[in-house]
Amino acid sequence: MRILLVDDEEELVSTLAERLTLRGIDADWAASGEEALALAAQYKYDVAVIDLKMPRISGIDLKKQLAVDHPRLQFIFMSGHGSASTFRSGVDEAGGVDYFLFKPVDINQLLSRVKELVERASGPEWQTTNR
Amino acid sequence: MSKLSVIRPVFWDQGAAGAGNDRPHFDFRRIWKRAVVLMLCVALMPLLALAWFDYRVTQQYSENEIALQVDRLVSNAKRTVAFFLEERQAALEFIVNEYSFAELDDDRRLAGILDNLGASIGGFTDLGLFTADGRQIRYIGPYALKDQDYRDEAWFREVVSAGSHISDVYLGFRGEPHIVIAVKREKKDGSFFVLRATLNTAWFNEQLAHIKERGVGDSFLVNHDGVIQTPTLAHGEVLDPLPLAIPPYAEDTRVYTTTDGAGREIVMGYAYIPGAPFVLLTIGDKGELLRPWLGTRLVVVVFLVVASLLIILVVLGVATNLVNDIYRADLERAMALREAAKASKLASLGRLAAGVAHEINNPLAIINEKAGLLSDLLGAGENGGANREKLLGLVASIHRAVERCAGITRRLLGFARPGDIKVEMVELSEVIREVMEFHGKEAEHRDIRVNLELDSELPAFPSDRNKLQQIFLNLVGNAFAAMNDGGHLYITGSLPDENYLLITVTDDGCGIAEEDLKKVFEPFFSTKTRIGGTGLGLFVTYGLVRELRGQIRVESSQGVGTRFFITLPLQGLEGEEENKGNEHAHSVG
Repeated sequence: MRILLVDDEEELVSTLAERLTLRGIDADWAASGEEALALAAQYKYDVAVIDLKMPRISGIDLKKQLAVDHPRLQFIFMSGHGSASTFRSGVDEAGGVDYFLFKPVDINQLLSRVKELVERASGPEWQTTNR
Repeated sequence: MSKLSVIRPVFWDQGAAGAGNDRPHFDFRRIWKRAVVLMLCVALMPLLALAWFDYRVTQQYSENEIALQVDRLVSNAKRTVAFFLEERQAALEFIVNEYSFAELDDDRRLAGILDNLGASIGGFTDLGLFTADGRQIRYIGPYALKDQDYRDEAWFREVVSAGSHISDVYLGFRGEPHIVIAVKREKKDGSFFVLRATLNTAWFNEQLAHIKERGVGDSFLVNHDGVIQTPTLAHGEVLDPLPLAIPPYAEDTRVYTTTDGAGREIVMGYAYIPGAPFVLLTIGDKGELLRPWLGTRLVVVVFLVVASLLIILVVLGVATNLVNDIYRADLERAMALREAAKASKLASLGRLAAGVAHEINNPLAIINEKAGLLSDLLGAGENGGANREKLLGLVASIHRAVERCAGITRRLLGFARPGDIKVEMVELSEVIREVMEFHGKEAEHRDIRVNLELDSELPAFPSDRNKLQQIFLNLVGNAFAAMNDGGHLYITGSLPDENYLLITVTDDGCGIAEEDLKKVFEPFFSTKTRIGGTGLGLFVTYGLVRELRGQIRVESSQGVGTRFFITLPLQGLEGEEENKGNEHAHSVG
């Protein structure tokens, strides 16, 4: 299982990636939409965790582009902005995401959401690789 | 004082007493006074002017009427008197022309003539024949005046020079008031003789008494020197001088108003009798003559007073109503302005708070992750050495602080987002039931009685269920916090009109101090600091209600309880969905 974390707050996204790595998940991080697209072209990710608000390429635009190139990719949005309904409407606009999380993100919650998504999308495969 | 307060306009005291921003913009007392004065002027001026005009016209008319009446009577009397005298003078003229001196110088003939005169025209008392030297050589009458010498009498000298004479009333030798008419006749030998008749004044008295009977006033004759000739009612005895000035000579009848010796206003009509030394006077008391008109005047005055009073009452009523309405409108306007200012202030505060919250969220996330990483690293191995446990404790407390901050920023952001509304048909009773279920355990535990009074007619209406829940969770939570165990919570829902839903949430808790009441909807205002309140509950509630196009206000009395009023539009949120897409293109990211 490999996940991609995208947020323009480098400090945040790098630390988050490191913590996930400590928990045995291959987590790459990108500080911008461009970096994320480059990484996604290079590696195959199961889940992308994307910040909604980023300069140049917004989280929503990034999700749209990634979804085109990687149809099996699952998405989790996170944001420090707005309430659940804001979030949901943004998500609707992006064509649907699987989960959204508020900042500050609880690592265990993120972890369980990621696992859940991977399990749901390709459960048996994930389980075998994990063992 | 209490009686006065019944009619006292509502603005009378409040106008000046309203404090601070509540002070009305106008001086309502002044407006009221102005309105009253203006309306009274407009209403009363024409009435008074008309009444005055009518009064003057009627008075003038009455006076003219009196003058005309007096004029007519005086003229008639004058003609009668003049005719009477002329007729008798003409009779004497006829006699002296018809008969020669010799024929008249005969008692029997004279007596016959007197008899004939008495039978035909009347009014004669006696008849006398005088020679040129003033001696009465023949006399037919009741007095013994034969051979009396009249040479030096004024009347005799007058008749000698003028040819005829009508005398004043005088006493003469007989000591009785009488008038004499004398005519002179030239004889062929160049000498002359005089025929004189005495007229009874009783005839005049009768004629003039007739005028008196008509109610005009006193009527009598005076001579040109102002000596009274016939009996008067109140102006003196016959042959006394009249206590009034004799009016100047005029050919025709005159009527004028003057004052008598006692200062009373009198109407005086007079006429100089032609060919005789008399003035016919008719004197009436003006007040007496105007009495019928005074009756009319009284009616007019009473009408005027009653009408004026009515007008004053109506004007006072109208002015008071009018100014009351303006006052209330002004008060409402001031309140609306205040509400708008408050809303605008809260909206600004909301935006500011949201901005701050958003900016803080990212650093907060970094702190969270760094602390998380620290915790991960400490937990994974033997890092930290002897202090490991302490470090883990510190990290945990950082996490707790971050969680607290996150809670605050989330709530602030919740307030700041207008339009994030998911509209569906909502049953108010359902929402409130859900909220009360949430608080049910606490209510049971604290023995708090909850009364729900929801109008059975309440329709489902388009709104945002989550926001409504949040609103009532906050309000009910606040109420629970304010109440002691065993308190009462009342929630009512009703339809004051077809457009709005009114919901009240009432507790009998500690209440809110008056100075705090203005600030309860501001962020970070809390009186519950000791119990850990953030001061955001009502701020967020306010924001949520506004998002639902509703209004919220609060009434409270310390020690009695607090009541929140929420009005929500029954239709207000329809059509929100269509706008959503556009809005979020800007607000989300």
